Amino acid sequence: MRRNLIPAISTLAVVSLLAACGGGAGGPSGGGGKISDDKIVLGVINDQTGIYSELSGPNAVKAVQMAVDDFKAKHGDDAVSKNIEVIVADHQNKPEVANTKAQEMYDRQKADAIFDVPTSSAALAVAGQAAAKKKLYFNITAATTALTGDKCNKYTFHYAYDTYMLANGTGTTVTEAGAKNWYIVYPDYAFGQDMEKSFSTAVEQAGGKVVGKKSSEFPNTSGDFSSQLLQAPAAKPDVLGAMHAGGELVNLVKQYNQFNLKDKGIGLSVGLMFITDIHSLGPDALAGTKFTDAWYWNFDQQNREWADKFKEKTGSRPSFAHAGNYSAAMNYLEAVQAAGTDASDDVVKNLEGKEINDFFLRNGKIRAEDHRVIHDVYLAEVKPKSEVKEDYDYEKIVTTIPADKAFKPVSESTCKMG
Amino acid sequence: MTDLLQHAFNGLVNGSFYALLALGLAVIFGMLGVVNFAHGAFYMLGAFGAFILLNEAGVNFWVALLVVPLALGAVGMALERLLVRRLVALDPLYNFLLTFGLTLILQDLLRMKYGSQPQPYPQPAGLRGTVDLGLFDFPAYQVFVLVFSVLVSVGAWLLLARTRVGMIIRAATERPELTRAMGIDVGRWISPVFGFGIALAALSGVLAAPMRAVSPLMGADLIILVFAVVVIGGLGSIFGSVAAGFLIGMLQALGNVYVPGLATTSVFILMAVVLLWRPAGLFGREETAV
Repeated sequence: MRRNLIPAISTLAVVSLLAACGGGAGGPSGGGGKISDDKIVLGVINDQTGIYSELSGPNAVKAVQMAVDDFKAKHGDDAVSKNIEVIVADHQNKPEVANTKAQEMYDRQKADAIFDVPTSSAALAVAGQAAAKKKLYFNITAATTALTGDKCNKYTFHYAYDTYMLANGTGTTVTEAGAKNWYIVYPDYAFGQDMEKSFSTAVEQAGGKVVGKKSSEFPNTSGDFSSQLLQAPAAKPDVLGAMHAGGELVNLVKQYNQFNLKDKGIGLSVGLMFITDIHSLGPDALAGTKFTDAWYWNFDQQNREWADKFKEKTGSRPSFAHAGNYSAAMNYLEAVQAAGTDASDDVVKNLEGKEINDFFLRNGKIRAEDHRVIHDVYLAEVKPKSEVKEDYDYEKIVTTIPADKAFKPVSESTCKMG
Repeated sequence: MTDLLQHAFNGLVNGSFYALLALGLAVIFGMLGVVNFAHGAFYMLGAFGAFILLNEAGVNFWVALLVVPLALGAVGMALERLLVRRLVALDPLYNFLLTFGLTLILQDLLRMKYGSQPQPYPQPAGLRGTVDLGLFDFPAYQVFVLVFSVLVSVGAWLLLARTRVGMIIRAATERPELTRAMGIDVGRWISPVFGFGIALAALSGVLAAPMRAVSPLMGADLIILVFAVVVIGGLGSIFGSVAAGFLIGMLQALGNVYVPGLATTSVFILMAVVLLWRPAGLFGREETAV
């Protein structure tokens, strides 16, 4: 009799233990009914193979997937939905392709939110689709301020950086440090034109002058910028402001060095630089160049920890766009969790005005007025090779520009939320 | 005036690449009637060849300048033997598709290995800094590229105009049937000529590495322009392609300064005008035009 009792009791204990766990699993997922199509779909639209594919591209998709995995791990059975999907489309930096892909994602693939979208003209197209379909769009890698200005809408959020923030950081600092006369070269499309305007304004407000500006066709098929560079010395500038991005920037800096403009007294200032660009050129080609960075992987321990996880998945160090994609995806999922539904209007309501502090957003806040996501940004300087201690250890952070100073103030915004 | 000369000179430097690439295309087209779309890919492989040799084996620029074109020239010969030759008898479109497909494969293979971010390649020691050209100073490396390309073009011309081999190639290029009828084995020369054309593309690729971005797409971006150069020069015309190469480099550079919006478009406008006015190209002859 006694002999039979022990297994019986232990069986009972195990069964009740299992039941307790099981009960936990069945409980709070009751919110599942409020998730459209029973799943949350995160779409990433970016340049998968072209000039902007290293700075965001396939690794940005991996970053979004990391956010999904971390979200699931964090909330486990309490997650608002366990069915979270990440889908991808390549827009080849063409606005018309981005437009079609966004439409397809929202309509047919049931995307609840789209992320990333480098190339400003393409981002504006996606923002238009977001407004039309009433679905969310988190822009990370496009820079135009129009997304939170004239073209702002209720469903579009602008993460990470924009041309105002870059010009305000770099343009102002470099001018105040004594480089009064600027010669600006920029690629002739939405991003470049916006950069040129933002920098001209920042330089003039800081007491400087734009003594010349030259555009180059986009994309620049010959890879040649010598014409633009050869015309610079005649204008007698103190500094050449390069407003190109990615592979084009790499080409331009290479040629700037070959034409020895530095020895002719023309310094170099770069409008937008990703760490992948420094890696391409080698730090010595850019040593001493100051630029504004939205995030740097080796800034502190918290950033480093995330960068280590990223390296495990991708084999390289993250650009700020990669980190921004992760943070945007994570905060979107948290908002869905908090709202208990993926219905766009409820998620937007949860996000607006929210203050966030994570490894990417320091002193972060999602402005309700124009959906600009503000946070601390950094004035960085490229280290000479002799100071580089490990792979991708290229930046020295000069100063932190506090969130409320880094971005265009709401009072100056032309955004009218409809 | 100095400015104008400086921009024109700069245009000649850029034209060097067009000239060498167009020369290779013209030779291949002339001899085989094949429009080699993979020309841009071999230009890209040339640049990557130099980059890989430097980073994996520490081989410097000067050695790469010799080794890479020879190696890729051999690859070109093999390509002709194994694939191109089988399609020559068919519609020219087949070889166009073959070389186009090859381009996509080569680009994607390198993209898988190296990504599309441009790779760094330093300027060769001894050619850093600038040289004084009297009226203005110019980067030493760019001057070298121009001088070297002119020498290669002149060398290629001497080879074709003054040697027996050249005579056979020219004859086979312009009148393959007649040359065959004279008892000359034209077939023997097809592979070497194809390899030579590819080697020229590789050579321009190596030359481009220190100046331009070494990336899998560098050839794809350029090749369309080079096709326009060949058409303007006269399809299959050897002198025409070189002359048009330098001419268009200059046109683009001056266009960039004086009518920036039209710099690249101007090449295609010129192409349209040339085709209307002289359908065989500036230096082509009506009978060789296809």
